[in-house]
Amino acid sequence: MHADPVGVLTGAHFMDGDHAACEGAIAAGARFSAGYPITPSTEVVERFSQRAPKIGATFIQMEDELAASITILGAVWGGVKAFTVTSGPGFSLMMEHIGYAVMTETPCVFIDVQRGGPSTGLPTLPAQADMMQVKWGSHGDYEIIALCPNSPQECFDLTIKAFNFSEQYRTPVFVMMDEVVGHMTEKVVIPSADEIEVEPRRWTTKDKSTFQLFAPCGDELVPEMVKAGDGYKVHVTGLTHDERGYPNGTVAVQDRMVRRLVNKIRNNAEKICLTEEHDIEGADVVVISYGITSRIAQRAVESARAKGIKAGSLRLITAWPFPERIIRALAPKVKGLIVPEINLGQMVREVERCAGGHCRVVPIDHAGGTVHNPEQILKAIEEVVR
Amino acid sequence: MSTPVINLTIPANPVEEILRSERIPHMWCSGCGIGTSVNSFATALLDMKMDLNKLSIVSGIGCTGRVAGYTNLDSFHTTHGRAIPFATGLKLANPDMTVVVYSGDGDLFAIGGNHLIHAARRNMDLKVICVNNLTYAMTGGQTGPATPLDVITATAPYGTYDPAFNLPYLVEAAGAVYVARWTTFHVKQLAKSMAEMFKKKGFGFIEVISPCPTLYQRRNKMGDGLDAMKFYKEVSKIKHGTPTNEVGLTKSGEIIVGKFVDRERPDFITMMRAHLQQRLGDQYIQAEGPVCG
Amino acid sequence: MARGSVSIVVERCKACGFCVEFCPAKVLALSSAFNSKGYHPPHAIAPDKCTGCDMCGMYCPDFAIHGYRNDKPAATATATEAAAPATEPQKEAGDAR
Repeated sequence: MHADPVGVLTGAHFMDGDHAACEGAIAAGARFSAGYPITPSTEVVERFSQRAPKIGATFIQMEDELAASITILGAVWGGVKAFTVTSGPGFSLMMEHIGYAVMTETPCVFIDVQRGGPSTGLPTLPAQADMMQVKWGSHGDYEIIALCPNSPQECFDLTIKAFNFSEQYRTPVFVMMDEVVGHMTEKVVIPSADEIEVEPRRWTTKDKSTFQLFAPCGDELVPEMVKAGDGYKVHVTGLTHDERGYPNGTVAVQDRMVRRLVNKIRNNAEKICLTEEHDIEGADVVVISYGITSRIAQRAVESARAKGIKAGSLRLITAWPFPERIIRALAPKVKGLIVPEINLGQMVREVERCAGGHCRVVPIDHAGGTVHNPEQILKAIEEVVR
Repeated sequence: MSTPVINLTIPANPVEEILRSERIPHMWCSGCGIGTSVNSFATALLDMKMDLNKLSIVSGIGCTGRVAGYTNLDSFHTTHGRAIPFATGLKLANPDMTVVVYSGDGDLFAIGGNHLIHAARRNMDLKVICVNNLTYAMTGGQTGPATPLDVITATAPYGTYDPAFNLPYLVEAAGAVYVARWTTFHVKQLAKSMAEMFKKKGFGFIEVISPCPTLYQRRNKMGDGLDAMKFYKEVSKIKHGTPTNEVGLTKSGEIIVGKFVDRERPDFITMMRAHLQQRLGDQYIQAEGPVCG
Repeated sequence: MARGSVSIVVERCKACGFCVEFCPAKVLALSSAFNSKGYHPPHAIAPDKCTGCDMCGMYCPDFAIHGYRNDKPAATATATEAAAPATEPQKEAGDAR
């Protein structure tokens, strides 16, 4: 279905990633946000607070991120599309409700504009150090979907994609920005509403006496959705539950429920994993990167190719689920995979795992605070092919 | 000679209508008062002929939190302490929904304390029923923010030495427009109070003092649930309008019950809409309830 | 004939004693029978005194009993209700669970 024209600011804009992400959420149909100020994400909700009353949406600033992260879930069960926004310290506070959203299969979007950490860290400077946290930060076994924009335009586009994935798979989806992408100002083209594909919520049409809120429909393993007030008298709990949603603490139900939640993402990974590849065919070395780092990597790869090195680039647009198949296929064909990230080695661990020892895996780490130099990456490329 | 006729049509228990009967018997202990409070809740709903499709119940974690799982309503068993912000989101997305928060003393006043005071400050239109059994019952009877002084708990084996919150006082100070307290002995008055609260817009709060026989009563040699109920009957005094700073509880002292606060103040949604309308005029588009593609 | 009667769902009862204590007419007492959980459910020892006020139902934390007026038109009983006449419930001999 197409976006609701109300709220779509069609046209060419000069705006930063935070603002573009807000517009993406609105274009995707978000009509509720609960937030809490935290640098460098605050502008996303500040903009939403301005836009909301003019487009029939609601914004509330909650008392902390613990509240914000569950207020949006309440709003979703009340029938709207909702999102929240934060950075590292707030993301840590939201972990419990990320788990709750996964467990209750509540479609929603969390935007994390990453900054230097750990703890209070570097509030106004970039890092990409929440990448493992987004996958593992809450307790228990679960899978999530995380997308990494590398430009304000992508902040718009991928936020819409995030909402669409969330409705498709009835799961929380994460937009992992960073301070640079969030605060850089670039051209953002917002198309007309009828050019924007938006996933509707999968409302059930089943009879009230037979519908089960957590019974998967079809191979995708995704149940249909309802909202409070439709007469289904649903029960939603974070306790391990059966297909009706009723608590059931048996080993059999735990196995069935957790496996389905996990497989719901894993089995559909091919449809969720988005990547951008350049010059992979015949490459001796491939640079794997995501977010803002991918733009520096692109410069380095271009420089290498100008020097005659058969270098290619693989950009992770989807960081989670990790595109295992691509890496497993690629590793035996190259001398090395180079992974620059603004952290001390996070996604590189996934690359190593999937490369399975078939080639060198070279991390280029960075404790945070700024972006890499293309020269660092170029040097690593040259070293691998020497 | 006449054949005895057995009359098989017996009026149903009125509470059954709001129960998920297939989940009963429930997990609460013998003599626990939570189930008793649910009877009052059912009575209030039925007496007011509430449209049960327009009512949701949100609970936190704990024994009282389990109420959501036993009621045949749109029910949300959320995380510890966070029923109120969940309820806030639910209400804001669907302002026509009556949203009841049914949770316990620890859940609402310790881990959830911050959310409680802010919701009261905002006068969010939520109906909060706090079953206060003076302890963290589900996890084994640890000290909670409502546990009176000199009470033995699982984490205060020599007796508590820090004072409890006075729940009505705190909630009134934070901004609640309806504040009452009853015990599970006062089944009729509690039902009436709940009905009154449901009718009133804004942040409403009812404290329901209830026995925890297995932990609180037993550790403090106070007998069982029935002993607690008799105790409530004996030491409760109905004093409507008592200033809330005077209604604090002690281990075995007087329990003042009644309606303490019933005042008028616009609720959050009303304030929000009025203000935005005034500031934005024609540009203001009011959020009209569940709007989802 | 008594003005009211009680209906007891024996398997739900946890013998807390609230109904016995708070019945205004002192109709009930805990019986010597027991349900499958080992609890002694109540029974009416003075059924003639029952007014059908349903205070027992209001107090019961287990939704195991309720009182009703004999002259009120009967609504349909729910499937879970065990219609108990106002006499001692049957002893369930050796019902091991």
